[in-house]
Amino acid sequence: MRLNCETVAKGVLTVVAFSALASLLLIAVFIFKEGLPFMLKVGLRDFLFSSTWNPQVGQFGIYPMIVSSLYVTFGAMVIGAPLGIAGAIFMNEFLPRSVMRIIKPTIELLAGIPSVVFGFLGVMVLAPFIRAHLGGPGLSVLAASVILGIMVLPTVISISTDAIGAVPNSYREGALALGATRWQSVHMVTIKAARSGIIASIILAMGRALGETMAVIMVAGNTVKVPHAVTDPVRTLTANIALEMANATGMAREALFATGVVLFVVIMILNAVAMSAIKGRGNK
Amino acid sequence: MAVTVLGAATLLTVVVLVFIIAFVLVKGLPGVTWEFLSSAPKDMGKAGGIFPTLVGTVLLPLLAIAIALPLGVGTAVYLTEYTRENQLTRALRFGTDCLAGIPSIIFGLFGFIFFVVMLKMGWCLLSGALTLAIMVLPTIIRTSEEAIRSVPNAYREVSFSLGATRWETVLKVVLPNALPGIVTGMILGIGRSIGETAAVIFTAGSSLRMPMSVFDSVRTMSVHFYILAREGISNENAYATAAVLIISVLLINLVAYSMMHRFIAKRSK
Amino acid sequence: MRTLFGKVCSAGLVTVLVLATGCGKPRENITLAGSTAFQPFAEKLADQYMTTHPEVSITIQGGGSALGIQSALSGAAQVGMADLVKLPQEAAALKSIVVARDGIAVVLNPANSITALKLEQVRGIFSGAVKNWKEVGGPDHAIAVISREAGSGTRSSFEQIIGGVALTGEALVQDSNGTIRETVANDAHSIGYLSHGLVNEKIKSVTVDGFACTEKDIMSGQYKLVRPVFLVYKGDASPACKAFLDYMLSAEAQELLHQNGLIRAK
Repeated sequence: MRLNCETVAKGVLTVVAFSALASLLLIAVFIFKEGLPFMLKVGLRDFLFSSTWNPQVGQFGIYPMIVSSLYVTFGAMVIGAPLGIAGAIFMNEFLPRSVMRIIKPTIELLAGIPSVVFGFLGVMVLAPFIRAHLGGPGLSVLAASVILGIMVLPTVISISTDAIGAVPNSYREGALALGATRWQSVHMVTIKAARSGIIASIILAMGRALGETMAVIMVAGNTVKVPHAVTDPVRTLTANIALEMANATGMAREALFATGVVLFVVIMILNAVAMSAIKGRGNK
Repeated sequence: MAVTVLGAATLLTVVVLVFIIAFVLVKGLPGVTWEFLSSAPKDMGKAGGIFPTLVGTVLLPLLAIAIALPLGVGTAVYLTEYTRENQLTRALRFGTDCLAGIPSIIFGLFGFIFFVVMLKMGWCLLSGALTLAIMVLPTIIRTSEEAIRSVPNAYREVSFSLGATRWETVLKVVLPNALPGIVTGMILGIGRSIGETAAVIFTAGSSLRMPMSVFDSVRTMSVHFYILAREGISNENAYATAAVLIISVLLINLVAYSMMHRFIAKRSK
Repeated sequence: MRTLFGKVCSAGLVTVLVLATGCGKPRENITLAGSTAFQPFAEKLADQYMTTHPEVSITIQGGGSALGIQSALSGAAQVGMADLVKLPQEAAALKSIVVARDGIAVVLNPANSITALKLEQVRGIFSGAVKNWKEVGGPDHAIAVISREAGSGTRSSFEQIIGGVALTGEALVQDSNGTIRETVANDAHSIGYLSHGLVNEKIKSVTVDGFACTEKDIMSGQYKLVRPVFLVYKGDASPACKAFLDYMLSAEAQELLHQNGLIRAK
């Protein structure tokens, strides 16, 4: 009786896992099927490194968009990751449980606010503020980075908090027993133990920032140019897809799927870099 | 000294987040009356309420999570408990992480071409839920995996030494201990589903009728806000919708957490 | 889990199952899909029509003009709504009617002293030839040009009418009427264009070649920035569908559209 239950469970789980992975594979195949032929037709170098984007005359260079996406994502992580991790550490280690029980749901609340609301607030509040104090049109790299940084905060905080909270108390007590101060036990023991969860939160956040569309369209300005200052308007890869998709046919449409492929590859590279960063530090 | 820096960072975060919530509530709550909540939109959304969208916002993410949670947690369990860590699992994990970064508009297009047109389901709850489920699957898999991995091996060993099978161990020891992390993933997933606009418009549509079956189109509050704000129909109603949205998400989070705490408390008796 | 959690789950499951089977008496479904700008207007007309014709159930979807045409072609929708200045080639297989017209207003921030522009000046500004407000009689400051995205019907209509220019590479791009309005309302040195029905007290519209974006000047043909809203459908559409299309061209429906900011079809 017990053996049957066990085999059934294993069978069900295998099916579940494979169907989940199959559906994810379906999406990947979909993107590549629509986008790859185009990249072969137009040539990778022209597509990736040319600066002219003008689908009506057959020019499909996305270089400014690639650079802009990278800048905006980097900016978002510069704002969101330190604040998020610091917040997670502080809440877990230095705040009483009861206070944390109120703050954590409030922060997660923000994960449920639609990106359009953030974008709208950006247009109404943030962009005018930037224009008044820093110059430029207000719709800029900075605006997009700030909004995205705020948007990924809940992801970084929630997942890091869980990772830190899961570190067994015995680790902390062990460090304290060896004479470490509170802070030393936190940064030498607890954080290291929670490292993989914290990195997971950053990777998920990076993915979210790179793939965000709606909020970025509303505050980045969407000009196709390589930015020279944080107050310059930019167009990210995702914004390009969303802006042009609605009326793109034929080659233009394939170009947008090809942009999806590029996004996928960029994310793969970023993730790989993050992974090797973990491995590198783990060997010390 | 370091603690002060951390504290300051946390304070900054909380202040910013509270500011955003307060801004939307201050601008939006005045418009939220009982009539607003219980009647249908009239006059293109300039007047009337948002009741059909409330229903849509409850049903769509609920259905999406009902599909994604078992699939995601099941996959996470399979990857951690039933297979050894090898090239394949690492590749799979890498793949799911990458999919988390694909813009929602591509998922929306996929959903439109596959569910709405190819499978002829049309714009409906089911198309939307299936598409959203695929979108949040990477998040759920990843967070569940992290949560399950963080359960100390000692717990499993004790369970095995008492004669339990792997499945019994998973069900009675590992999962309950991984619950906080799994719930986090679920909440992030629900949050993302509620907040999605492009993917939802392409698959579940944006009809203002009350849905009578899973094959009916629905409009969620996020989509309603999107349309009101972008087409410049009514900023007041847009803010009011956003206010209701924020409060709904708060309620969902509170309910999920209190259920989880009650579950944990009962178990430790 | 014979607990509250279990009960909530079962209740949820039952709701889903009930929904899956559906309820209510069968009615003919007509779906319109396409232009998000026209969607609210279509909803209003549909609401009005269904009070006198309860035997049909009309659903309006958005997704954009291109999606509307695609849906009409693939059968996902019975009618596509497209606010383009000219229908694209693939729509040749469909029948089309013009249900309304929409004036495009050229808008500035109220703080800007300019109230009138000539068509060549508008062309110069949007193509980047004119870069400073003082060249057209305004203050000495760079012009912030704001445009719609490349696929927008409003934009292609606008650009074709002002003379087929290419938009300057310095222009900011926003993807909807509402955000253009907010951006122009917040930037004293900006210029943009949007549906005239959306002009409110936060922005002001200027006259072009002496004519204003009002119904009077549009109907007389003197204000040139106008674009049509097309409805496309397959030739074998059902009678109920055609009846609704006829309704939308009727005096009552056209009056409703007019009250809400569109221009009549004729």
